[in-house]
Amino acid sequence: MNIDIEIVGITVLWTFLFGYLIIGSIDYGAGFFNAYNLLTDKEHVLTKIIQRYLSPVWEVTNVFLVFFFVGIIGFFPKTAFYYGTVLLVPVSIALLLLAIRGSYYAFETYGARGHKGYSFMYGLSGLLLPASLSIVLTISEGGFVHLDRGKPVLNYFILFISPLTWSIFLLSITAVLYISAVFLTWYAHKAKDTLATNVMRKYALIWSLPSIITASSIIYQLKFHNDEHFNRLMHLWWMFALSLLFFVGTVLLLWAKRNYGFAFISLIAQYALAFYGYGISHYPYLLYPFLTLYDSFTNEAMAISLIIAFILGLGLLIPSLYLLLRLFLFNKGYVKGNSDYY
Amino acid sequence: MGNEDALFYSRILTELTLSFHIIYATIGVGVPLMIMIAQWVGIKKKDEHYILLARRWTRGFVITVAVGVVTGTAIGLQLTLLWPNFMELAGNVIALPLFMETFAFFFEAIFLGIYLYTWDRFRNQRKHLLLLVPVALGAAFSAVFITMVNAFMNAPQGFELVNGELVNVNPIVAMFNPAMPTKVAHVVSSAFMTSAFILASIAAFRLLRGSNHLYHKKALYLTMKVGLIFSIATALIGDFSGKYLAEYQPEKLAAAEWHFETTEKAPLILFGVLQEGEPRYGISIPYALSILAYNNPYAEVTGLDQFPEDEIPPLYIHYLFNIMVAIGMWLTILSFIFWLGIKRDWKFVTGSWFKRLIVLGGPLSIIAIETGWWLAEVGRQPWVLRGLMRTAEAATSSDQVDLMLLLFACLYIVLAIGSVVVLRRMFRKNPVEKELSDRNNNKEEERT
Ligand code: HDD
Ligand code: HEM
Ligand code: HEM
Repeated sequence: MNIDIEIVGITVLWTFLFGYLIIGSIDYGAGFFNAYNLLTDKEHVLTKIIQRYLSPVWEVTNVFLVFFFVGIIGFFPKTAFYYGTVLLVPVSIALLLLAIRGSYYAFETYGARGHKGYSFMYGLSGLLLPASLSIVLTISEGGFVHLDRGKPVLNYFILFISPLTWSIFLLSITAVLYISAVFLTWYAHKAKDTLATNVMRKYALIWSLPSIITASSIIYQLKFHNDEHFNRLMHLWWMFALSLLFFVGTVLLLWAKRNYGFAFISLIAQYALAFYGYGISHYPYLLYPFLTLYDSFTNEAMAISLIIAFILGLGLLIPSLYLLLRLFLFNKGYVKGNSDYY
Repeated sequence: MGNEDALFYSRILTELTLSFHIIYATIGVGVPLMIMIAQWVGIKKKDEHYILLARRWTRGFVITVAVGVVTGTAIGLQLTLLWPNFMELAGNVIALPLFMETFAFFFEAIFLGIYLYTWDRFRNQRKHLLLLVPVALGAAFSAVFITMVNAFMNAPQGFELVNGELVNVNPIVAMFNPAMPTKVAHVVSSAFMTSAFILASIAAFRLLRGSNHLYHKKALYLTMKVGLIFSIATALIGDFSGKYLAEYQPEKLAAAEWHFETTEKAPLILFGVLQEGEPRYGISIPYALSILAYNNPYAEVTGLDQFPEDEIPPLYIHYLFNIMVAIGMWLTILSFIFWLGIKRDWKFVTGSWFKRLIVLGGPLSIIAIETGWWLAEVGRQPWVLRGLMRTAEAATSSDQVDLMLLLFACLYIVLAIGSVVVLRRMFRKNPVEKELSDRNNNKEEERT
């Protein structure tokens, strides 16, 4: 078999983006639930569990994002020209949210406790952030960018009134809340914190339906917006059908209060299938109709050296990530609350 | 907004973000090493004070890392947003070190997370110290890799341009360009130096404020010693950077030195003003420029007369250069006197006016970092890639850069105030004396 090196590149990047989608969602949703809980409930049942998960990993989460945008410039330098020019405003807004979130998280956790206002800001920014990042996906569908004397220009008005924009916006919010809730149910359960488990399970069930409705509505919107993409998507119907099956699996397990670990794994499978299905059907375009994988790809020498660097890097990364997970995520003592941060 | 404006605001925004990021990044590179030294000394000497020093530095460090991470993410994306044409070319040739940098970030982030939460998990303190090694390495290598990219902008190589097409790209050759060795070494050693002087200035400040605790005295002596070592290294490597410039970027050196005519036995001019194109009122040190450039008082140094008008960088970089060098010299002398004074029991080095000078050292070294970078970047103008792509050709055509500039300026003000307030509150609420007695009590309890 002969796999194009372009495909290898985009697969690596897409995988890291998926990683960011999952752990980023957990992070963003956690911030929101924490804020909501602080405002509505005097017990603050969630704070401890959320703090304990987030503290050692928040910086790692951010690196997944950095990896993606650095990698895409490396593998597909032409994207810098197109996306770099049109994304100035949306990505700057995302950066602003990211900066406020990241720094205030650290200020609060490691520094001095502030007041509720911060938690509120923190929670809200966590919802807006994925929404503002998801604009990139919307734009990639084409129809929002035109060339003016050879320079790409983004049409904000069309973007703003497009139903597709708003479906993706809604999907990003519901997905974040759903993914986060399912994970935290499991995590709280491991910590034997029944109160928090029950609250999170409730949230997970509440957000399950909206998340699947918004996801389906995107497929529907796509039919009108980008017929070519829609047709390719339909060829991959089985991936989406499987994805739906896993969704049902997760919800049933949550409903039956059984095996939250499996529920989370099934959730990953659901999103992986949908995410890769979407990605594959997007092929070969990076930006409809201007940019494909092939005409934006870097030279061969760079591609090979990036892939070698990537493999060597993974050799470092995987054991370290494993260590992190073992010491914190899967360490009974830590999860239950024997923290020793000074 | 025309393209001129987009260019202008892109420059300002890049300057702003980088100048802000570099403060936190420098601390991020240097402080892990300092923590490592303190913890190591503490374990070796079985001295609680040094261990506590390491702990307190770590706590402060986490705050600066957070701001370093978010501003770094900002600059990483802004490079693409503001300079799409440059990044397209850079992506083709110099993406390798940028990509490797992300692995350094991963490495640092993962082990920092572990280090922070495992202070008392290991019976053997050395194991805990070992966790810090990847943090320090990761931080230092992020600096190494990103500086390689910057070096490439100054001395691009590793590809050919044939009819506007990139051919024969060799990423390794691009990475190991002539600017790389001095630049990387100077950046890393100046980061160590700066971190040492910042920590020294905190210790000196506490002592000035009336604390007479042994803890602060130990901290001061340790940091000043490390500061001395790295300020000597920084000055030496800086001298090599000058030699690199003479060889590969003579226009930058000539502009920085106000060296207008190509001459032998070139003198070095310190400060002064320009009147009708002539340097006045400066201090002129005979032969010094020839020595800086070639180690030979008689050597010929290329002047600005050899370059077309529109390829000469702005002449104000002369002051930036002077300020950086003056600070470098001054801090070397200051830390040397302090070190000798402690050895020889000179009274004045523990006096209060000397401490005031040490307190100044932290801010001064940050000023040196800033002026150094401005010198390097402004001195490369009008090029973004020297000799190949002008800054004006690299900029975005987007119309909203001015608005974004405003947004980010506000953001950085908030982050700057936030980080200072949080750091102060953190240490004020938990003074050394209290922490030491708390820890002692805990130990007593454990024993009984
Ligand atoms: C604490 C900071 C600090 C101190 C004390 C010095 N430097 Fe420096 N210098 C830097 C921090 C720095 C820097 C921030 O790291 C720069 C900016 C870009 C770079 O490569 O390093 C720099 C750049 C820089 C350059 C330009 C390199 C280029 O553009 O490629 C030269 C020629 C020197 N330095 C020379 C010196 C000399 C002769 C010093 C004598 C004491 C000195 N520096 C002290
Ligand atoms: C290490 C990698 C770096 C890269 C890839 C880089 C990239 C760039 C680019 C693309 C520009 C645009 C040209 C321009 O504005 O004139 C620029 C300019 C500039 N950069 Fe750098 N930079 C780096 C490091 C730094 C750092 C650490 C500073 C810290 C202060 C800095 C300060 C500046 C300044 C002041 C300018 C504006 C020069 C002018 O007046 O036009 N740079 N840099
Ligand atoms: C154009 C230049 C630069 C870019 C694009 C850039 C990019 C970044 C990014 C994306 C991060 C965040 C990584 C994370 O998520 O953990 C970061 C952090 C960092 N950067 Fe920069 N950077 C630049 C200049 C520099 C320079 C010149 C240095 C060193 C002297 C440096 C040292 C660091 C360090 C040590 C960190 C880790 C955070 C910390 O410990 O404070 N960076 N940078």
